[in-house]
Amino acid sequence: MGAILVALTSAAWPAIRQFGLAFFVTSTWDPVALKFGALPFIYGTLVSSALALALAVPLGLGVAIFLSEMVPDWLRAPIRFLVELLAAIPSVVYGLWGIFVLVPWVRTALGPFLKAHLGFLPLFTGPPIGIGMLTAGLILAIMIIPFIVAVGTEVMRAVPNTQREAAIALGATRWETTRTAILPYARSGIIGAIFLALARALGETMAVTMVIGNVPQIKASLLAPAHTIPAVIANEFTEATTDLYLAALLYAGLVLFVVTLVVNILARLLVTRVARGVEAIRE
Amino acid sequence: MDLRYYRRKWTDAAMTAVTLLCTAIVLAPLFLILLFLVKTGISAINWDFFTKLPGPAGEPGGGMANAMVGTLILVTLAGLMGVPLGVFAGLYVAEHPKARLAAVARFTADVLNGVPSIVAGLFAYVVIVLPMRHFSALSGGLALAVLLLPIVLRTTEEMVRLVPQSIREAALALGIPWWRMTLRVTLPTAAAGITTGIMVGVARIAGETAPLLFTAFGNRFWNWNPLQPIAALPLQIFSYAISPFEDWHRQAWAGALVLVTIVLGLNIIARYAATRQTKPQ
Amino acid sequence: MKQVIEPIEGVRKAVTEMEQRAQIQIRDLHAWFDTHHVLRGITLEIVEHKVTAIIGPSGCGKTTFLRCLNRMHELVPGARVKGQILIDGQDIYAPGVDPVFIRRRIGMVFQKPNPFPTMSIYDNVAAGLKLAGERNRRKLDEIVERALRQAALWDEVKDRLHKPGTSLSGGQQQRLCIARALAVEPQVLLMDEPASALDPASTLRIEELARELAKEITIVIVTHNMQQAARVSDFTAFLLEGELVEYGPTDQIFTKPKDPRTEDYITGRFG
Repeated sequence: MGAILVALTSAAWPAIRQFGLAFFVTSTWDPVALKFGALPFIYGTLVSSALALALAVPLGLGVAIFLSEMVPDWLRAPIRFLVELLAAIPSVVYGLWGIFVLVPWVRTALGPFLKAHLGFLPLFTGPPIGIGMLTAGLILAIMIIPFIVAVGTEVMRAVPNTQREAAIALGATRWETTRTAILPYARSGIIGAIFLALARALGETMAVTMVIGNVPQIKASLLAPAHTIPAVIANEFTEATTDLYLAALLYAGLVLFVVTLVVNILARLLVTRVARGVEAIRE
Repeated sequence: MDLRYYRRKWTDAAMTAVTLLCTAIVLAPLFLILLFLVKTGISAINWDFFTKLPGPAGEPGGGMANAMVGTLILVTLAGLMGVPLGVFAGLYVAEHPKARLAAVARFTADVLNGVPSIVAGLFAYVVIVLPMRHFSALSGGLALAVLLLPIVLRTTEEMVRLVPQSIREAALALGIPWWRMTLRVTLPTAAAGITTGIMVGVARIAGETAPLLFTAFGNRFWNWNPLQPIAALPLQIFSYAISPFEDWHRQAWAGALVLVTIVLGLNIIARYAATRQTKPQ
Repeated sequence: MKQVIEPIEGVRKAVTEMEQRAQIQIRDLHAWFDTHHVLRGITLEIVEHKVTAIIGPSGCGKTTFLRCLNRMHELVPGARVKGQILIDGQDIYAPGVDPVFIRRRIGMVFQKPNPFPTMSIYDNVAAGLKLAGERNRRKLDEIVERALRQAALWDEVKDRLHKPGTSLSGGQQQRLCIARALAVEPQVLLMDEPASALDPASTLRIEELARELAKEITIVIVTHNMQQAARVSDFTAFLLEGELVEYGPTDQIFTKPKDPRTEDYITGRFG
């Protein structure tokens, strides 16, 4: 990990020295003029991930609650396994499916629908061409849900049974038990699961670059094409002919690495807190 | 009793239904993707696909033989680098649970596991491609090894921990030194579980694309030299998918079908082996 | 079967003498974990507003018995129940009876204190009421205070009701759990070795509390501690390997046990 940090920093050094913090707030990306500002990529990465989380968190937690509290025992393992398979599908396959199935669907069905009903919002303006932020958010959501489900189920199952029984003995229904005993107890672990999923979304490359359009622009509309840090690295790295261009891409990669590192560390700390939560109850 | 009671029962039923619905929505893409894969991919799968090199751009025909072999070579290279290191680090962490270094290693592995795969590619690029001034299978292998390492480390640790203390003590009581006990008793006992973990890890790296873009780079021809660029199945799928040619799209689906079959197959075998191990004898 | 029927007669007599009635009637109760037959035909009656102790060596099925009374036993995968349990004449295992309903009438306190760690003292006590949909703040305040007073905890916590429930000592936490169970005004309170995780002083307080509560509520307490049973209960049932060996007024069980196995157990010859 330290080696990665050192290697990336040293290789990115020319760009860091040249652009400094302005890298984060300027939006010109011109390899010919050797001017590099990563704002559109940072914006695209954050917005696509936020969109993915907005879709994935409710769904993922729903599945986690189902798997942890609602499902009959014999069905738990098979469903878990199917969700694991969802996580095992390579991202290039998600991208392929995105290009040929999801993009046409967004272009012909979802995009026009959103435009027709929510077109008054700046979020859904412009032509629904299929590729763009919305499609990237959708495919990211599908890809990160398994992480929310896996970690979410794990932390909910880690809630001691005595907590469950305390609520049940008070005459709580299954859902009330989940709401009063399970979710509050597992709260920090659930937030950890969300962070873990966020880190995945931030760093996801192939599926995003295949559907987002790869246009470095900042548009309010989710139907417009955008770009992300991993996508620009994937697209332009082999074409980076000048040293400074390469260093700028490595700088972007370094930023991505540090951000995902921090998010991951936070996630791990939060998840371990649930396991330790038991100590709060004295014996 | 009253309205309140019925409202509570109704809420309970409604929430159960909502979580069930969530599960259905989440699993739907899995089936949709598999359905499309099989439907579209199978039509492009034929003997040529497995035996031929890619055809010239825009012309129908050709295959992905070199890409499949390339992926095999890359995974082997990654395994050679990642597996021994992962197993020994995992062994260390499991046998010294209290040591500070072990805690750091475990935490690092967990965090490394969440690092974007493209960053692993950047790392391999800086370490191998930059000094050598050209792309190579070796650098691709290194990028994949970085991704494989934490998975192997964590499974090894978990599996070694499962080896009962009594077995170890029985060996130590015979006067066998610690390191021999580890090699002769602990590792073989945990071997099946570790293999399962390696399979899951291999399944993950076999499908990785992003870290290979600027390390292994891809190659339209056969290559057996680890110091030269090499083709990989996921790379081939990617470049065919974004190409303008109909036939290449079909081949991309076929390639994806092969890749998914391998990846899911490995996962299913690993799962099957794991359930057999955990069942009481 | 004979020794199962006999003690009931004894209780009947005692019950009539004291002009009290049986609140819980258990008839031929069997329970299983998968194929393991834990309770083998228990028949007994539990008297209203008295403390009934269930004693026996570990593994005799006393906790299972208790958990059958509020339908908690069935929560364990593979668990099964057969037989009848009537509470105030209503069969709680009859088809169509909602266990959620039963558990509101029959409170439970567990071996280890299990307050909800994310809730304040106040919210812990109010948890059951809030589930039932009670939103009236004044009423909640009133009931929380009443329940905490009943659990003899009010004076210790009245100034810090909004501190987390886990900030209390172990004994206080257990009384908090008792208050939480009392707040929904159950007719019966089941206590599953409620003092087994507590120090002697806290144990004594819980025992006093059980005696005090019995004035208003029926209490069934499981204990492995015979002195505790003797101190706290009016009636005692002795279970052995899933069967009811002897049941009667506590004095009689501890001074003139009819069954030699009971005598062996209370004199410490086994278990």
